[in-house]
Amino acid sequence: MKLKDKVAIVTGGASGIGEATVRLFVEEGAKVVIADFSDRGQSISEELNSNRYDTLFVQTDVTKEEDIQNMINETVNKYGKLDVMYANAGVADDAPAHELSYEKWKRTIDINLSGVFLSDKYAIEQFLKQGTGGVIVNAGSIHSFVSLPAPTAYSSAKGGVKLLTQNLCTAYAKEGIRVNAVCPGYIDTPLLSEVDAQKKEYLASLHPQGRLGKPEEIAKAVLFLASDDASFVNGTTLLVDGGYTAQ
Amino acid sequence: MRLENKVAIITGGGTGIGKETALLFAKEGAKVVITDINEQSGSAAVKDIQAFGGEALFVRHDVSNEDDWKKVADETINTFGKVDVLFNNAGIYIIKPLAEIELAGWNRLMSINVTGVFLGMKHIMPLMAKQNKGSVINASSIAGLTGAAGHVLYGASKGAVRIMTKDAAMEYASAGVRVNSIHPGYIDTGMADYASETTGNSKEQLGKNLFPLGRLGSVNEVAKMVLFLASDESSFSTGAEFVIDGGATAK
Repeated sequence: MKLKDKVAIVTGGASGIGEATVRLFVEEGAKVVIADFSDRGQSISEELNSNRYDTLFVQTDVTKEEDIQNMINETVNKYGKLDVMYANAGVADDAPAHELSYEKWKRTIDINLSGVFLSDKYAIEQFLKQGTGGVIVNAGSIHSFVSLPAPTAYSSAKGGVKLLTQNLCTAYAKEGIRVNAVCPGYIDTPLLSEVDAQKKEYLASLHPQGRLGKPEEIAKAVLFLASDDASFVNGTTLLVDGGYTAQ
Repeated sequence: MRLENKVAIITGGGTGIGKETALLFAKEGAKVVITDINEQSGSAAVKDIQAFGGEALFVRHDVSNEDDWKKVADETINTFGKVDVLFNNAGIYIIKPLAEIELAGWNRLMSINVTGVFLGMKHIMPLMAKQNKGSVINASSIAGLTGAAGHVLYGASKGAVRIMTKDAAMEYASAGVRVNSIHPGYIDTGMADYASETTGNSKEQLGKNLFPLGRLGSVNEVAKMVLFLASDESSFSTGAEFVIDGGATAK
């Protein structure tokens, strides 16, 4: 097992890529805190705990600093430490700039970029307090590298996540803290639930592999980075995109 | 086991990263074809694998020679019936100021580091396409991503590998064959010894100066990344760069 006795937080852990990662992490021996805005996290936690896994749901709005502090505190109170932070929570509610309200722009930046900053900041604070080092995996995207007409705020936030990841790598490598990002292409998750079948087919066609990715395929990349297998991997933005950005 | 029933070819499998990867692959259930220009070290690596009950075959191989590649393909199919993974690992490293690079030396390095990767993809990927599945891992370097003094020759070769990887990935995506590049920083092998001698810095100094993690990488750390790419765990990654450099290129 790759995460035996490790304690991990997965923000946005109640659906999509986050949920797939929670399920993979517990199979690999981790104790997992499911941090999510939605109380669906509670039912996932109960289901996993009834199968003898060890998880905790902490309702969390990643844009609220006190919620993030509470998430770390509850984790340490219950499990005594933190080893892995997967700052995954994100939204996709976007439009071309002239049609995008400032309110919507701010909400996306708040969740997808500032939420990652806050999760990382308080995880690092905890790692430093422990003196143990630790691992952070941030949610990047193909839109950390390339864009399309619609994802205006989304691309801006994900571009920020890429450089935030590199910054934190350089700042905390000496403390034994590794910080990387996983950058998926379009994945078949609830983020695409509003998208009709025709649009989904179009999105799939943008990937040379000719399909959307699966949440489990991203979870496996997150697991690789979170585990000691990646002990010399730091500051990278790992693309899992079916060839999207290689075109 | 993560590579159960898979057949893998590893070039330069007799030493360093190649050998470590061959051992790890075999432990994860793969049948491994170790190729190397050095018969002694390649055969020894095969014996190491057989010693713990793994299956392996040695083929003497100059990666710059097309007939040798045909032989590698034939012997792999004859012995194991198929090929699922190709790790184009063989390469040489030369640090030299631009004005001192002899054309003959340029051509020799290119024939191994670039032509070797081209020939490997040319002769092995069609075999993978027939079964509609396969994974190729090409050894590039951080020298294929960023510039460094004395690295015009080596950097050119690794930059070529980086983009050839993407081109081949695009061409074979619909055939189910994935192609990715790895980009290690200095790993504690003969190449790091050479870099240490050439630059007059100890390996410890190189680790401290170049890598935010403050040390060189180990062959085992690279082997684990190659394993991830060889396995089905990376099924949605193709044409991508997998950097393993202790943070060097994040700076």
